[in-house]
Amino acid sequence: MEDRKRVKRPRGVAQLISGKCIACGARCQSSCPKDAIEMNEKGEPIIIIANCIGCRKCLKVCPVDALEIYLTPEEQKILAELAAQKKVAAVEEAPEVIEEEAALLVKLKEYRGVWVFVEQTAGEPAGVSWELLGVGADLARARKEELCSVVIGDHVEHLCQESFVFGASKAYLIDDPVFRRYLTEPYYKAICYLVRKYKPEIMLVGATGLGRDLAGAVATELQTGLTADCTGLAIDDRGFLLQTRPAFGGNIMATILTEGTRPQMATVRPHVMPLPAKDSSRKGKIVREMVPFQEADIAVKVLEVIDERKAGEVDVAAADIIVSGGRGMRAKENFSLLQELADELGGVVGSSRGAVEAGWMPAERQVGQTGKTVRPKLYIACGISGAIQHLVGMQDSDVIVAINIDKNAPIFEVATYGIVGDVLKIVPSLTQRVKELRAKGVEFMVERH
Amino acid sequence: MLVVACIKQVPDTTQVEIDPVTGTLKREGVPFIMNPFDAHALEESLRLKDRYGFRVVVISMGPPNTEITLRKSLALGADEAVLLSDRAFGGADTLATSFVLAEAIKRLNQKDEVVAVICGRQTIDGDTAQVGPGIATRLAFSQLTLVDRIENIDLTAKKVIVRRKVGSWREKVEAPLPALIAVVREINHLRYPTLPRRLMAEKAPVSLWDNQEMKLDENRVGLKGSATQVRRIFSPERAKGEILGDGLNEPEEAANLLLENLIEKDVLYFNSSS
Repeated sequence: MEDRKRVKRPRGVAQLISGKCIACGARCQSSCPKDAIEMNEKGEPIIIIANCIGCRKCLKVCPVDALEIYLTPEEQKILAELAAQKKVAAVEEAPEVIEEEAALLVKLKEYRGVWVFVEQTAGEPAGVSWELLGVGADLARARKEELCSVVIGDHVEHLCQESFVFGASKAYLIDDPVFRRYLTEPYYKAICYLVRKYKPEIMLVGATGLGRDLAGAVATELQTGLTADCTGLAIDDRGFLLQTRPAFGGNIMATILTEGTRPQMATVRPHVMPLPAKDSSRKGKIVREMVPFQEADIAVKVLEVIDERKAGEVDVAAADIIVSGGRGMRAKENFSLLQELADELGGVVGSSRGAVEAGWMPAERQVGQTGKTVRPKLYIACGISGAIQHLVGMQDSDVIVAINIDKNAPIFEVATYGIVGDVLKIVPSLTQRVKELRAKGVEFMVERH
Repeated sequence: MLVVACIKQVPDTTQVEIDPVTGTLKREGVPFIMNPFDAHALEESLRLKDRYGFRVVVISMGPPNTEITLRKSLALGADEAVLLSDRAFGGADTLATSFVLAEAIKRLNQKDEVVAVICGRQTIDGDTAQVGPGIATRLAFSQLTLVDRIENIDLTAKKVIVRRKVGSWREKVEAPLPALIAVVREINHLRYPTLPRRLMAEKAPVSLWDNQEMKLDENRVGLKGSATQVRRIFSPERAKGEILGDGLNEPEEAANLLLENLIEKDVLYFNSSS
């Protein structure tokens, strides 16, 4: 054996790059094996150099690349010398780590296919389910696997056929009176049973009240990753699901992965993904399953359902044209100007949170983070400054028009067309012009893609 | 008997801005607040205390300065506050978070029976609404989300009746106790702390449960116990649009220009058949 003295390869120490940390919640500190990181009051790391061994674990987990390795000039010199002698071995992972990873990959490969949960109430499907089949088809194609729907309910077999029309090639069906009304326990137990039996790789659920209630329970029971409110879904070069979602109230976007468990679960809000084209000639295979639990075990009961939908209530999320007003409308009466324009264009009137809080518009018209997410063909924002909470609810609209007196209002940053001016003058001018055109015997239509 | 309120201290995201030059988050001076949804969870717990005489224990997982928010909940009327804080708990996703919270609730339950756990619908920084269902599933409690009224708690029959706001309708649900109840903001109006309580809260103890105390498997908490990994964080991309005309001085002309553009780009078009 050679007994040559080896120069130790300097590893340096971690240091924070000023201004880059976003106080994500102490991921770096949590990853540090040597207690070399303390967090300050602002939630930024302080590196205790004496403890740092330069292992780079904190660099790997930092989502904004706010940490780097600092090497003293002497250390850099040694590194350069070592490199010259070609004695620097690449940083090797311990062999057991590689084995562990290989074993994990084998386990993950057992899971195949993309599943979409079909949400329904009394046999009536939620539109978001079909939207998910659209993006689900892209993911299935990228993974070269099949797209399946999961239909659970009472007298819901027709939804299997409908899911084929929207792109699924297989439907898992559990049809039983026990599922007549949605309750967390029977539904999540049914889904966990199907997942354990058929092992899907990806499962998508609509981010509705029902979907969030269900997905949270399913992911916990299966001990797998769940990413809420995704606005982008794609497959990376390793075949993993890249889930992009707004965080921090929409101020930043985060791309999230579920690396070690399956299925990879994601919820998506309604109207975020486009509805796929229908093909009524498509057929698929129905896989029927039995109820996997005793009905007597379900102790939760729905005593009463109170339908509060008033006749003629407007659903802004379903409209192709939305004329929306904010605090810049200045008074409740001025919303009639928006109604007139909306009537001429065949649209509906929406609202910002500010206008709802001022009592100018009812809460069900509110667009935004705490209101509805909309994706119309045309969104006209009148006197809305464009707080981030509003933008996250409408920024996926096909065309956005912003009318605002303040040329620096953030709404102009998402607008396709902007007019800087007084809404109370511009909106009536628009209405008048549309009226003139209609008087010539022509009807405005929104283009349907 | 005990009601546990789960709260989180969050940055006030309505005050966060993006630096237009660097594209990074400007956090200078952004205050930490009690998650607004959780404030209603705490309020509802205090109302249950008023109605049924339960003790209210507030728990929160977070960095050491979360103590400030926990102290505020004592000032509002909570009987006890427990801070779950350890460097091993940091970087947790909802799966790892619900694990630590559920284990803390189990510990509380050993001393005094937990009737209900109340949490807010979601947080304003994460917006996931996943931690509540996570706690319910882990503890095998009845899961009741989107609750806008707690109608009745029957301790003899061990049942709770709540009203849930689901989409455009509401439903009344009866469930066995103990239950996890996630509330919407409309459920109640918040109270304000009284001066004597506020003075009392300043000196009141906040228990710290770190992992020496809780002895949880380090592979199930924090970053290591998280099933999801944040790969990248970035600023949303936005395409800059076009400002049309001089709306300030020529509103009619600007309106005309807009309609011309919408028609030219086929957003609106004439239907000559009608």
